[in-house]
Amino acid sequence: MKNFEYAAPANVESATALLEKYGDAAKILAGGTDIIVQLREGLRAADVVIDIKNIPEIVDYQYSADVGLQLGAATPCYRIYGDEELAKAYPAVLDSTRIIGGWQIQSRASVGGNLCNASPAADSIPSLIAHQATCHIAGPHGRRSVAAQDFCTGPGRNTLEQGEMLVALTLPPSKPNSGSAYLRFIPRNEMDIAVVGAASWVQLDDSGESIQSGRIALAAVAPVPLYAEEASSWLSGQPATAATFVEAGELAKNIVSPISDMRGTAEYRQHLVGVLVKRTLKIAVERARTNQ
Amino acid sequence: MKAATSDEYKILGTRPIRHDGADKVTGKAKYGADVQFANLAHGKILRSPHAHARIKSIDTSAAEKVPGVFAVITANDFPDPQDKIADLGEGPVTLSHLGSNVMARGKVLYKGHAVAAVAATSTHVAEQALNLIQVDYEILEPVLWVLDAMAEDAPLLHENVFTDSMGEASEKPSNIEKHLHFEKGDIEQGFAEADIVIEREFKTASVHQGYIEPHVATADWNEDGQLRIWTSTQGSFTVRHQTAELVGIPLSRVTVYPCEIGGGFGGKIAVYLQPVAALLSRKSGRPVKLVMQRDEVFEGTGPTPGSFVRVKLGAKNDGTLTAGKAWIAFDAGAFPGGPIGPGCMCVFSCYDLPHATVDGYNVCNNKPKTQAYRAPGSTHVAYATENVLDEIAGELDLDPLDLRLKNAVKEGSRRVDGPVYPEIGCVEVLEAVKNSEHWNAPLEGPYRGRGLALGFWFNCGLKSSATANVNTDGTVTLIEGSTDIGGSRTSLAMQLAETLGLTAEEIHPQVADTDSVGYTDVTGGSRVTFATGLAVCKAGEDIQKQMRQQAAVLWDCDANEIEISGSTFSRNGNSISFQELAAKQLQLGEPIVGRATVAPDCSTNGFGAHIADVEVDPETGKTTVLRYTAIQDAGKAIHPSYVEGQMQGGAVQGIGWALNEEYFFGDAGDMKNASFLDYRMPTCLDVPMIETIIVEVPNPDHPFGVRGVGETPIVPPPAAITIAIHNATGVYMRELPASPPRLWKALQEA
Ligand SMILES: Cc1cc2nc3c(=O)[nH]c(=O)nc-3n(C[C@H](O)[C@H](O)[C@H](O)COP(=O)(O)OP(=O)(O)OC[C@H]3O[C@@H](n4cnc5c(N)ncnc54)[C@H](O)[C@@H]3O)c2cc1C
Repeated sequence: MKNFEYAAPANVESATALLEKYGDAAKILAGGTDIIVQLREGLRAADVVIDIKNIPEIVDYQYSADVGLQLGAATPCYRIYGDEELAKAYPAVLDSTRIIGGWQIQSRASVGGNLCNASPAADSIPSLIAHQATCHIAGPHGRRSVAAQDFCTGPGRNTLEQGEMLVALTLPPSKPNSGSAYLRFIPRNEMDIAVVGAASWVQLDDSGESIQSGRIALAAVAPVPLYAEEASSWLSGQPATAATFVEAGELAKNIVSPISDMRGTAEYRQHLVGVLVKRTLKIAVERARTNQ
Repeated sequence: MKAATSDEYKILGTRPIRHDGADKVTGKAKYGADVQFANLAHGKILRSPHAHARIKSIDTSAAEKVPGVFAVITANDFPDPQDKIADLGEGPVTLSHLGSNVMARGKVLYKGHAVAAVAATSTHVAEQALNLIQVDYEILEPVLWVLDAMAEDAPLLHENVFTDSMGEASEKPSNIEKHLHFEKGDIEQGFAEADIVIEREFKTASVHQGYIEPHVATADWNEDGQLRIWTSTQGSFTVRHQTAELVGIPLSRVTVYPCEIGGGFGGKIAVYLQPVAALLSRKSGRPVKLVMQRDEVFEGTGPTPGSFVRVKLGAKNDGTLTAGKAWIAFDAGAFPGGPIGPGCMCVFSCYDLPHATVDGYNVCNNKPKTQAYRAPGSTHVAYATENVLDEIAGELDLDPLDLRLKNAVKEGSRRVDGPVYPEIGCVEVLEAVKNSEHWNAPLEGPYRGRGLALGFWFNCGLKSSATANVNTDGTVTLIEGSTDIGGSRTSLAMQLAETLGLTAEEIHPQVADTDSVGYTDVTGGSRVTFATGLAVCKAGEDIQKQMRQQAAVLWDCDANEIEISGSTFSRNGNSISFQELAAKQLQLGEPIVGRATVAPDCSTNGFGAHIADVEVDPETGKTTVLRYTAIQDAGKAIHPSYVEGQMQGGAVQGIGWALNEEYFFGDAGDMKNASFLDYRMPTCLDVPMIETIIVEVPNPDHPFGVRGVGETPIVPPPAAITIAIHNATGVYMRELPASPPRLWKALQEA
């Protein structure tokens, strides 16, 4: 690791100015749990590291049942799962933030960092997609926003242009009779990278027996986390039964293009998509029925 | 000697706080990485990106010019050992192989093989310099799988390695470095007598010892030519010897200071960094420290062999085994050497087979040079034999425990490699299984199964020294040379305390450097509590002899008239305590220093059985270990907590080996998972509390009956786990690891 300059700007404008000036030689530091490791291991290099944790709007969040969640990009995971209201409104996001690393990692690691790092196996991204999150981006020429499922463009790559940074994520208010869940498959029980990850969100009708709408998202089965569009829209109007969960899993398998590596074969990953979609839908439905 | 019962002892069998405990929990204990000097230079090693390549040239000139670089070395800086063979305490070693592993000479033989090293003001500067070293490689085809490496047309690693087949050398060079053959009885007759014969093939992946502390060494080549080394090692004397040979100086010019050690499991016996740090220090004129990163530990240091094992067993309908045949091929890795001998000797070591043959092959391939790992070789073969035995039990509808009891070795049984067992505890261990709560507890539910497996390790004696100084305040300073990996300081202190009638706290054990204690072999082979313990007991007797003489001066009598009971010396109604006598020693005569050296030439023979309960998720192939019990004959458990700790640690390592751990190689022979993230050792959330049952069948060769305990517990787990998986799912997993993708696939195909 070579020496670098350290900057800790106090507002978004100063940060984007620095980003524009240094271009690729600047790296943002949120919790640092990815970037510091990558700099140390020589996977990335920086002349200047820009710590964004001095920017108030980036390290905090606001939530209300009517407006939904505005989540500063560098808010650490523990703040999110420590909030009971959020747990009720966005259970899949809670599942994700609880399993990213261990306690030490969670007290630093942010959802924004997880998203910007753009790992195909990132644990929070499927949950963001399932909950229809929007990414708010600031740059030297103003602000823009994109849907979470369009943020990643390849392994380790995202939509941010030179000078841009992620400021916040917004999640729409929780709908009545809705529930969600995230599960990943790992060979061990902690400290592992998802072989496959799946998040499901459902809204039931008032009877609780049939699915009004649903969203399914997947990790570690393609170069970027995926929104399973066909499987998701198929869910509308289906009964909330085991057979539906299985069928949705089968549909979700159609869009994946996994690789074979030390974490599992392509065939195995494809199979796990079915298993995890089925299991997350089951939990999401249970939560939708009880989470009132 | 008669079997001692626990209540004969005051100290043995109790659980005093370890002497090094306070320093370890407060972070004061000095590990290799804590070594600091004012003018310390930091080194880094350039490693091969190729698994097999010829080094055409190395240009270090640009690296040498980097500001802050003090020295750059390659194999050319080492003396050429030519054909010299040295006995490094564990049998003869070809120095050119040892040296070429430390720094590649001519060829690189695995990805991660060291090719050059730099010392600089900081590791960052050293890294920068490494990037400027130009190595011109001619890439060669690598060979990794052991059977591929045995093929006639396999890429050849060494022009100068010929197959040693029971003493005869092959005509052509070969990757097959050694072929061993053992036989007993008449194998044809044995199988003819059988009612059932089962033969199966098993494969295991390379796995690493996985010690938490990476390799580390600091060397200071002094202006007077004296070389001092601070390092993490299982044996300071072998480091001294290996380093002296490789850098070409007499061993008396090297002093090795062993630091606290964060695990070794067999992997910290061979030198890697010490000779490199030494030559960097000589060249730079400063002390130089080298610390490996985790990927260097995985890619550059010893895994245990990957293996192929074929086992055939014959039995009568009543379960009596009639014959066994084994064909075993182990990776040697980049250079000759490895545990094929023990593998052959252990494959049938738990069972009394009248007829058996064993063939073993040790094969060079493009993996890091294999090193010892806890009961080296025994786990691989037990995995095979125990699974075949389980299948026989199933076919004959016999209880797997009864089948093992029926065939278990006892005093007088002869192993296939010749030795006849003295008093051993194999049957007693199985009886403890039979009486255990776990074995008798019901296991219900779908996809759940229980597995039982037996394991053996020799446990060796080798050489140890100890000195014990009696202090005038009545305490004793114990100086020994066994680096303490598993609490041995305390186990040794307890043996001295028992001998002298003192408390464990009244003994102050110290692990000394190579100039301060007599020659002591490595902490390995489960030998320390037994063999260094033997030296310590004798040093205690030596103290008693000297103190008896001083008491004789005090009472003006003959030393023979003085009786010793516990810590009391008495004669004719007069008595004096150890403490009082110790206080008077300088008035009564010479300072009291006990000393002893030992060289016990025996195995202490450790048997263990493990019971595993698992549950398999049929949709994902993931195995959860629900309950696990390790049962083992410890001879005499000196400090039961440390015996239990060894049993638990070995079991957990074996569970990792069974379920997830493996070197995952790409097509180019490059390890893809050289990190603790993807080399999946179990975490504390992956295993249940390992239950332990200590059996005590005293070892006749030790005054307290001690047997070694450290290695046996890694032998049964892969067998116990895979047998449990079979009972849960109906599928035998004959390839390790039985990882989720592999087990899922097997369930699909079943
Ligand atoms: C021991 C360990 C365990 C882990 N376990 C998991 C796990 O189980 N699951 C998982 O998904 N991940 C895991 N990770 C990875 C990591 O912790 C997560 O990805 C985490 O969410 C990253 O957040 P961070 O705030 O630390 O990001 P940082 O490291 O600070 O940043 C990550 C990347 O995003 C960029 N970045 C950060 N914020 C912004 C921004 N606002 N705008 C633009 N770019 C930005 C950075 O420049 C960097 O490239 C683990 C890491 C470690 C070290």
